[in-house]
This record gives sequence, structure tokens and C-alpha cells, in this order.
Amino acid sequence: MRRALLIAVPYLWLLALFLVPFLIVLKISLSDTALAIPPYLPTLDFTEGWAGIWGFLQELDFENFTFLTQDELYWRAYLSSVQIALISTVLTLLVGYPIAYGMASAPEHWRATLMMLVILPFWTSFLIRVYSWMGILSNEGLLNQLLQGLGLIDQPLIILNTNTAVYIGIVYTYLPFMILPIYAALEKMDAALLEAAEDLGCSRLTAFWLVTVPLSRQGIIAGCFLVFIPALGEFVIPSLLGGSGTLMIGKVLWEEFFNNRDWPVASAVAVILLLILIIPIILFQRNEQKQREREG
Amino acid sequence: MAQTVFAPWDNPDEKPLIQFKNVTKRFGDFTAIDNLTQDIYTREFFALLGPSGCGKTTMMRMLAGFENPSEGQILIAGQDMAGVPPNKRPVNMMFQSYALFPHLSVWDNIAFGLRREGAEKTQLAARVEQMLKLTRLERFARRKPHQISGGQRQRVALARSLAKAPKLLLLDEPLGALDKKLRQDTQFELMDIQEKTGTTFVIVTHDQEEAMTVASRVAVMDEGRIMQVATPAVIYEQPNSVYVADFIGDVNIIEGAATPHPQADGYSVAWAEGQPQFHAKTNRSFAPGQKCFLALRPEKVAISAEPPEEAANRIQGKIIDIAYLGNISTYHVRLPNGTMMKAQTANTRRLSRRSLTWEDAVWLSWTDTAAAVLEG
Ligand SMILES: Nc1ncnc2c1ncn2[C@@H]1O[C@H](COP(=O)(O)OP(=O)(O)O)[C@@H](O)[C@H]1O
Ligand SMILES: [Mg+2]
Repeated sequence: MRRALLIAVPYLWLLALFLVPFLIVLKISLSDTALAIPPYLPTLDFTEGWAGIWGFLQELDFENFTFLTQDELYWRAYLSSVQIALISTVLTLLVGYPIAYGMASAPEHWRATLMMLVILPFWTSFLIRVYSWMGILSNEGLLNQLLQGLGLIDQPLIILNTNTAVYIGIVYTYLPFMILPIYAALEKMDAALLEAAEDLGCSRLTAFWLVTVPLSRQGIIAGCFLVFIPALGEFVIPSLLGGSGTLMIGKVLWEEFFNNRDWPVASAVAVILLLILIIPIILFQRNEQKQREREG
Repeated sequence: MAQTVFAPWDNPDEKPLIQFKNVTKRFGDFTAIDNLTQDIYTREFFALLGPSGCGKTTMMRMLAGFENPSEGQILIAGQDMAGVPPNKRPVNMMFQSYALFPHLSVWDNIAFGLRREGAEKTQLAARVEQMLKLTRLERFARRKPHQISGGQRQRVALARSLAKAPKLLLLDEPLGALDKKLRQDTQFELMDIQEKTGTTFVIVTHDQEEAMTVASRVAVMDEGRIMQVATPAVIYEQPNSVYVADFIGDVNIIEGAATPHPQADGYSVAWAEGQPQFHAKTNRSFAPGQKCFLALRPEKVAISAEPPEEAANRIQGKIIDIAYLGNISTYHVRLPNGTMMKAQTANTRRLSRRSLTWEDAVWLSWTDTAAAVLEG
């Protein structure tokens, strides 16, 4: 009985905070836009009983989804989001792995401090941190002032409002999500394994490829998913740092919703985004489960 | 043809495989190895024995190339090893923790070293199969290290370090994690492998019984120095110091003053006021009245109810305690001046018919060659 109760808690949580909102969004995505409050039709009216519900269901259709396939803006935005998320994930891995490696090989009394430093940015609002990147990357920003001051460039580098700025923003924001799982994997690794590899004829570098990398694989996979999944639907970073050429589905969704007030199309965009995300989320779950099994 | 005794260390023409030349290793201002000089010969089974922290692992790690000597030289097959990285040394090490690669199967663990030297595929497979057979692991080849038992893991570690047929194999407390029965089996397996492969073994252990069982020579270490190097029998029968005598096996240590014996060669040892002196032969020489120590193994002390005749040493005492160990019994006997002494007898008779018991007055006796006479 207690067990059932304990298991029920997370499911109730999921039901209330995920499934119910999703069903509402799904319902809106099947409706038509209207000049009304809320701005779509039909609305469910329980006063007419079963007939009302039946009538309501009959008015739902997949029009909005059809519309998404017809306007190439949408599928280009999806593709471009996947591309930006993939590139950012790879970049985050390239930056994050050496940091995690350095942390794991630091003397033990240093590690807690280093961990703190990685987590520290979370103490400030995400929005403020992304804004401050605008100050760093703009034409008269800190970075350009510094480079010009050092005499390295004559003309300011144009970074803000380009995809580069978006990559910088995503790498910066999601770096801790990459570092922490990789660090956890590396820290567990027995240093004697590297000595054993060298003893058996590996150079330092081959020992790294043959032992360190495979043993941190689970951490790499977890980190990549933890960056890719939120980056795919990212809205704030492309809005603030990206330019008019930066096409990301999160931004499209925002505009449909707030600028066009087309809730049904916006909902359809969100439903498709979720369906796209379900694939990596399931893969991520399987990875985690496999690791748990391995560790017994 | 008579079998020649394996003793290359007695042959001045024999070239040592390993030479430590005045090697010192410091960690900060702590000296882990203190000006150590030692030769080890091809085909030896050389055991390093000593208490925890005396520098055994440090010696091994210097041989494998994971630590560099602070001073002095290490030569392997005549070649100075300074600056030679671990992967370029003709040495393999079996780690105390086994250090098996958890992401590789047993088969791939064993093949790891062979792949690095670019062994040809069929040859590689043949060698791995051979190692699996040697360590009786054929059935577990496809398993991952976490899917096999501790004893099997230990054999994988052994097979992996043997696979490249190194000139020198270093074993750091290889059997420490095994229970006694499995440990003994594996000790014999190790000796068998050594005989078949002709590899030189250096084995670290803190288990003196293990060292005695497997080693051609035993080095007893203390605080970064080697106290004595000799065959197990010599270490046991003729320790050169109280430290070595005390470290290996059970021993009675009696402090006294030596006086050359008037008739027989050897010494009389005055060891307690008002007690008869003990007699002992030795080829060490002592000045009259010089302090000495008698190291007397309990199994060399006979115990009897009746006074023995014709014994070089005999003394009366009372049984305080009896430790029954199955095959042998150890009697703890109090001598008239309060000194405790241990005597051991083999239990050839049934327990119920044993003649001696607690509080019995008994005689202890031993020959004049039974005790080692030591300076300190
Ligand atoms: N990397 C190191 N840094 C500092 N001290 C060390 C290091 N390695 C070993 N020591 C010290 O050297 C001494 C000998 O260690 P070790 O060779 O591991 O002993 P053991 O005989 O138990 O194998 C110990 O006191 C140990 O604390
Ligand atoms: Mg050790």
C-alpha cells in the first residue's frame, strides 16, 4: 500500500504538470483561431451535456498541422534548430570535456571549489547573464574594445546578432550540464587503469583514447543530451543574441503565440517540437538505465 | 645427471637482469627508499617482504617506470632505465587492484597489450587463447570484469600481464584479496607458470608464508632499506638480525651477554641473574661480555615432563597456556625468573591422550645449534 503510494507520487506529478498541460496544448492545436478570448474555437461547453462534447470534438481538425507542412518557414526552422542544437552540443563538448578532465585530475582538496565555480553562474538569473553577453559581444562591446585596444583588429568584429553569438550563448549557458556528468564519470575512474594501459604499451595519448574516453562515454552521452534537448527549443538566446537570420523553432513559436496571437498554430508547433524531442529523451533514458544496470 | 641448484647470485659470472645501484627515492622530505643496492637475476622469483609502508610498492613502481629514482640508477638487462617511459620497458606489472579495463571483455583485456605492439591477428588470437588456457579462463572469455569473481579477476590480471611474455613481471600483492585456500592454489599456479614461461618475477607481499612458498630469494625490508636477502630457508634458519628473525615466523628472543665457551667452540650466554647459562654455536664472533640475542624458533624447543638427558640447554618452567592449532600445539611456558618462552610440538597423538596440560611443571630443552646468536 505504502509502496503504491510512493510510486503514485511521481506519476501524479507527471500527470498534473506534464500530461494535462500537454493535452490542453494538443486540444488547442486542433482548434481554429478566432477573435475571441481565449483566441480560438471551439471551446468546451459542459452545459449542453454529451451533445455539446460531441459537437466540440467534431469541430477539431488537423488543419494547423497541414498548414505547418505547407509553409516552408516551419520545417526550415525545425531543421535549423536541430542543426544549431547539434553544433552547439559538439562545441559544448569540446569546451566542457577538457574542463571536466582538469577538474577530475586536480588535487582532491581543490575539487569541491572547482565544482562550486562551475555551478556559481546559476546563482544569477539566466536572463541577466545572456543580456550581459550582449554587452560583451556588441560592436562597441568589451570584446571588441579589448581586441582593438590590443591592436589586434582595426574594425570591430560583428558577432552579436549572428549565429556565432547564439553558439557562444548556448555553450556558455549549458556548459555546466556538460561538465558535471563527464566530471562524475572521470572522477570515478581508477588512475591505475591509465598506468596499466601505459604498462601494456600505450603512450599517454593512446591511453587517453583507449581508456579515458570509453570510460567517460556514459558521461559524454548524458552531457550531450542535457545540452541538446533544451538547446533545441531554446528561445531566449536566439532572441537576444541571434539576428534576423537566426531561425530557431523556439523563436517562431514565441512569435506565433505573442505577435500573431495564433494560439492554435503555435500549439501545433509546440506539439511537433515535443514529438521531435521525445526521440532524444527516450534515448537518454535508455542510456541512463543501461548505466545503472552496468553499475549493478 | 644431478640437478644443479638454482643459485645465480652465487655465480660471479652471471649477469643480473635488474640492478639497483644506490637508489634513493624521496617524496618531499620523506625518504621512501634509502640508498638501496640490489641485484636480481634472470628466472628468479624474488619476493619483497616487509611491513606496510616500507617501500615495496615504490620499488616496483620505479621498476615499471611510474616513479623515477631521486638518486642512483636502475638497470634492466644492463640498460639504464632513466627516462625510459613505462610503455618502452620490457616489464609488465600486475596491479594490486588488478586494474582491469571495465569496458573490455576478459578476452580484450588480455589482448590489450598484444594489440599495442601490432601483433598479427591470428597470432594474437592464438596467444590470447593460450593465456586463457593457462589461467583456466576459457569459459569466461566473453564476460566483462564485473561479471566474474574476485579470484577469476585476479587470474585475468595475471594473464594480461603475462600475455606479452615480458622479461620481467612485477606482482604487487597479487593474492592479497583471495581467501587462504585459493591463495595457496594460486601460489602453486604462479610457480608453475614461472617454470613454464621462464619469466623473472618480482613479487611484493606482506604475507611471509607466501614469500616462503614461492620465492627463490626473499628480501626483508624495513623503512626503505633491505635488511637481508637470502633463500627462504636461510632467512628462516639464519636470520642476520633480530628484526628479520622476528619478522619471519614465530621466535623466542633472549637477550644476554656472550662469553666464549671454555671447552666446546661457541658461546655461553648469561641471560638472567641466578639462571643457568645457555650454550650456542655460531660463526659470528663476540667479545667476552658482549651483548647478544638468541633467536630460537619454538619448534626447535622440545618440551617434556621428565628432565631430558644430554641436552645442551635445558630449563624448567610451568605451562601457562596451550594454543591448539590442529596439526601443532604451542605451549607458553613461564621460566623461573618470569620470562615467557614458546615451545611447539607436532600433534601426532589424539588430543585426549596428550600428556601435558595447564600448570604442569615441564622441561624445555634445545641443542646448541638450535638458536641463532645475533648482534642486534
Ligand atoms: N606519491 C607519494 N607521495 C608521498 N609519499 C608516498 C608516495 N608514494 C608512497 N609514499 C610513501 O612512501 C612510503 C612507502 O610506500 P609504499 O612503497 O607504497 O609502501 P609499501 O611497502 O606498503 O608498498 C610510505 O610511507 C608512503 O606513505
Ligand atoms: Mg604497497
